[in-house]
Amino acid sequence: MVTTSKPEYKVIGTRPVRPDGVDKVTGRAQYGADIKQQGALAGRVLRSPHAHANLKKIDASKALALDGVKAVVTARDIVGPDGDLSKLPDPAANILAGTKVLYRGHAVAAVAAINDHVAQEALKLIEVEYEVLPAVLDVREAMRPDAPILHEALRTRAPTGPSEGPSNVVAQTVSAFGDIEAGFAECDVIVEREFSTKMVHQGYIEPQAATAHWNSDDQLTIWTCTQGSFPARESVSQILGHPISKIKVIPTEIGGGFGGKISVYLEPVAALLSRATGKPVSMRMDRTDVFEGTGPTPGTNIRIKLGATKDGKLRAAYGDMAYENGAYPGSAAMYATMVVTAAYQIEHVKFDGFDVVVNKPRTQDYRAPSAPAAAFAMEQLIDEIADQLKIDPLKFRLMNSAAEGSRGPMGMPFKRIGHEECVEAALNSPHYNTPLEGPNRGRGVASGFWFNVGLRSSVNVSVQPDGTVNLNEGNTDIGGTRASLAMQLAETLGITFEDVKATVVDTDSVGVNDVTAGSRVTFASGMAVHEAGKNLIAALKERLAPTWQTTPDEVQFEAGVFKNADGSKTMTFKEAAVATVGRGVGLTVSGSVNAGFLAGGGFAHHIVDVEVDPDTGKTTILRYTAIQDAGTAVHPAYVEGQMQGGAVQGIGWALNEEYYYDDTGRMANSSFLDYRIPTSLDVPMIETIIVEVPNPLHPFGVRGVGEPGIVPPLAAIANAVARATGVRQTQLPMSPRRILETTRGIA
Amino acid sequence: MTGRTYVSARINGEQRDFLVEPRQSLLETLRDELGMTGAKEGCNNGNCGACNVIVNGSLVNACCVLGVECNGAEIVTIEGVADGETLHPLQTSFLENAALQCGICTPGFIVAAKALLDKEPDADEARIRHWLAGNLCRCTGYDKIVRAVLDAADDMRRAPAKA
Amino acid sequence: MQALEYVAPASLDEAVAALAKHGATARVLAGGTDVIIQAREGRRQVGVMVDIKGIKEATSFSFGSDGSLTVGAAAPCARLYGDAEVQKRFPALVDSASLIGGIQIQSRASLGGNLCNSSPAADSIPTLIALGGVCNIIGPSGKRDVPVEDFCTAPGQNVLQAGELLVSITFPAPAANSGAAFERFIPRNEMDIAVVNAAASVALSADGSKFESARIAVGAVAPTPLYVKAAGDALAGKPVSEATIDAAAAAASDAAKPITDMRGSAAQRKHLAGVLTKHVINTAIARAKGA
Repeated sequence: MVTTSKPEYKVIGTRPVRPDGVDKVTGRAQYGADIKQQGALAGRVLRSPHAHANLKKIDASKALALDGVKAVVTARDIVGPDGDLSKLPDPAANILAGTKVLYRGHAVAAVAAINDHVAQEALKLIEVEYEVLPAVLDVREAMRPDAPILHEALRTRAPTGPSEGPSNVVAQTVSAFGDIEAGFAECDVIVEREFSTKMVHQGYIEPQAATAHWNSDDQLTIWTCTQGSFPARESVSQILGHPISKIKVIPTEIGGGFGGKISVYLEPVAALLSRATGKPVSMRMDRTDVFEGTGPTPGTNIRIKLGATKDGKLRAAYGDMAYENGAYPGSAAMYATMVVTAAYQIEHVKFDGFDVVVNKPRTQDYRAPSAPAAAFAMEQLIDEIADQLKIDPLKFRLMNSAAEGSRGPMGMPFKRIGHEECVEAALNSPHYNTPLEGPNRGRGVASGFWFNVGLRSSVNVSVQPDGTVNLNEGNTDIGGTRASLAMQLAETLGITFEDVKATVVDTDSVGVNDVTAGSRVTFASGMAVHEAGKNLIAALKERLAPTWQTTPDEVQFEAGVFKNADGSKTMTFKEAAVATVGRGVGLTVSGSVNAGFLAGGGFAHHIVDVEVDPDTGKTTILRYTAIQDAGTAVHPAYVEGQMQGGAVQGIGWALNEEYYYDDTGRMANSSFLDYRIPTSLDVPMIETIIVEVPNPLHPFGVRGVGEPGIVPPLAAIANAVARATGVRQTQLPMSPRRILETTRGIA
Repeated sequence: MTGRTYVSARINGEQRDFLVEPRQSLLETLRDELGMTGAKEGCNNGNCGACNVIVNGSLVNACCVLGVECNGAEIVTIEGVADGETLHPLQTSFLENAALQCGICTPGFIVAAKALLDKEPDADEARIRHWLAGNLCRCTGYDKIVRAVLDAADDMRRAPAKA
Repeated sequence: MQALEYVAPASLDEAVAALAKHGATARVLAGGTDVIIQAREGRRQVGVMVDIKGIKEATSFSFGSDGSLTVGAAAPCARLYGDAEVQKRFPALVDSASLIGGIQIQSRASLGGNLCNSSPAADSIPTLIALGGVCNIIGPSGKRDVPVEDFCTAPGQNVLQAGELLVSITFPAPAANSGAAFERFIPRNEMDIAVVNAAASVALSADGSKFESARIAVGAVAPTPLYVKAAGDALAGKPVSEATIDAAAAAASDAAKPITDMRGSAAQRKHLAGVLTKHVINTAIARAKGA
């Protein structure tokens, strides 16, 4: 661990076992599909076999006649008998298609039946009449004026005003600073390349699952494995026109998300089926549903031109970045234009972003959304310039590194950040200082940046009669945040980790919380926890003051101990709690924050050694080191886990993962057999170096750590493969097939 | 609808008698008929290992076995790995090594690792990675899982009685 | 999944009777790692599962007095590759059996199931062909034998007629100074369908300088696993040299008529057919000399 300087913490920085741990190693933890309600029906979704078609007619009569089938719902059940299906707004139309299907896997109807087998048999009996339309699957093709149009009403948002006619380009956004032409005129070395990446999936192991019960009093209860119970409640309310006051979302344990479980899919459908049948309805996706019917991350086509002076200063960068949004508008390209140069100080930059709809699933966030593909392009060009200038690639990055005060991704200056420290840690690492020898081998490095977000968090803390505290939080715990929040509360109150009991509660039981995403929970909910802790200390001061014949202002709290002005009376937090609650009256406080959009930014740097088999084109990862600025590592083991997990997801993305489409717009590899996420045999141990440059925006200096770690791997591996083979890789995945094509011409 | 078949099996040391439809997998049987939801469905086609259980001493994907095939079988699931309230060394090791993040793959990994260490108490890193290659984890990158199994093996060798 | 029936005959006669009774919708259930999934995903219509794991001939394996090996069609891969005698005498079978799926699959999947599933990319079939395996089939009209290379007829299809059952596969005793090997190429290191696979069985002269005979098979390069006689012929009677081996590899590559799909391109597969053939011949030679 590399630490600049931080206070002495008692709990933060230790590695306790998480509160939900025992349930998870014994099989007792309840995930989305583990919810079993009395008398529940099973629901299944019928999905479009076509990538693009008008939906002419749905006839469910044969399905409804099947023994055991209780209800069939379609978008008609959303808009009502007199509603206009063609005007079904975007979030609802992705849940159940209105008049058009926009991708293979688009939901068109759903069945509730006495069991899952009957529900699946019933799907085959629903007759759907489609008018098949030409589909467009490639981002650049979708931008052409003669491309098939997905949304007749869509007009491009551009700096010059909206487009005249319909277009698949959702928005053209520009991120520009300085004078790009003057910048390139100063450059001695200019490199320029075009890169492309394929759509990939988050690959969480737990398929989406939800249970809904629409009670006869119109109270709707939903159990779901979501990344955001409050946003899920909001979405369901919006789609069904049902007030949030009548919806309770109970988050279950969640089996991975990485951004893919932010949106709702099954929740509103299960609610409709429950309303139609009067019974709880449980729904789950199979793996093909997950690939075809949820939200992968965009494929891209990115062109970048980058220039530097011969003394090694980056001066100008220009780029044109086209990102697939899938079937409905998104904003990945806009983010890409902001993050692409964030790790460096480049005076003159201009990046045009194009967000484009194509006939593929509506994309969703996937860990640092948009940044890995941008880094795949940018970090390779950085390496090429460093090579041309004969400067060590790490030293070159250090020479041009972003730093406190330099221009950040939206133009505002960075506060204290840790990119230089990450690159320095790489330079000093055992890995970088061990020569790589042998034929067909290469070493690559790359940096990565992600914004991290703040947003809204609320927690409740109640003091128990024995002096322990219960922490109720509203963010689902996807990787150990119950522990990281309990640790911050314990630190604030000067008590032990074991004296805090952290629980994730439903939407009726705590103030509003935004998504478990954006690397924000340990950061922003941590701030809420700190706030609640301070409120609790203030409340206890109020209670102690009269018994100590003083005023609350005179009661001090330091290192877990209350004392009066002259120090003649002292009480630990726990003693104070027992005295005032155990022998007094209950005490509950809350902490609520809106931590804003930007959360200080996080940087990572990775080093990888590869060997490429010249006969088969297969790349083996020999050694891997992940370095990341965690600000303050609350639970270092969980920080390492985020770094390692991000690195291995990146390895999969770099080498083998892709949505492989056939000519009809069907994903041909929608299983874990053919969508190749890494297995334990495909990766080595992932070495980690945690850098700690405290975040000035957080009381304990915490930075979000979930996302930056997936940004560097694609580029780091490409840089390593380029050194191993002498051939630059501009397309993902760098599969054996691609390597044979590019190195041997076997195509 | 088809008829249901009577099946009698020992599950985690207890005799269980139940009725299943022939089309129900062992995974569905455990989860839907017997209320044991520790084995998870990640893919339902034998590619992720989240539903791993041990049948007659062999590690299997419960989604690739029919419930009706299990008449007379001896089955161990994640619910039977701990000895009452005493965790198995693998369970303790997974907790201490932070070898789980979301935890959905954890039951499968622990059952698979138990099947390995029951047979090969001296398994090394290469052997563990090979054995666990049928279990997918998307959160951890496998590093801490492999270390947890190595540590548990070490603990079990030191104190075999506990295992 | 569609509703189905399950029967578990205790003898071959009962199995044949069950298959005859239920006709075309009956499928034999061995390890189930393919057929259960295919039934669930609607890729095969199955009305009745005939579980043959209660039949001794189908689940056991044994060596004949002549050194031949007969493997029951439902004997799990893990049991086969865990057997010391099989490891010693038929290492190529161990290569294949230990590569079919992960450990969880191998405890159920069998060579017979892999063969009857008749995938062009099946990881055991090239080995079964290279080793000269013969299918022992029983049916309503009695028993018949079919060489493995003639068993598969198209992707997912084979010579078994309605009511017929693959009981076991018999491998002749390995010749003196012989060796065999199997290898597959996959993009990951586990959990993948072969992009290409290949097996070779070679018999050398006593001094190891010459190939006496050889059998080569490659998979995932045609609608069925291919027995490449030309590749074996390129070795038989020739000196053990790189040039000879290259010629055999070229013959295997020539014989490959692959398609492009999500698992690999046609050009990649043709190339890999040669690469893998070379690898397996070299391993087979090393085993022949080491024996």
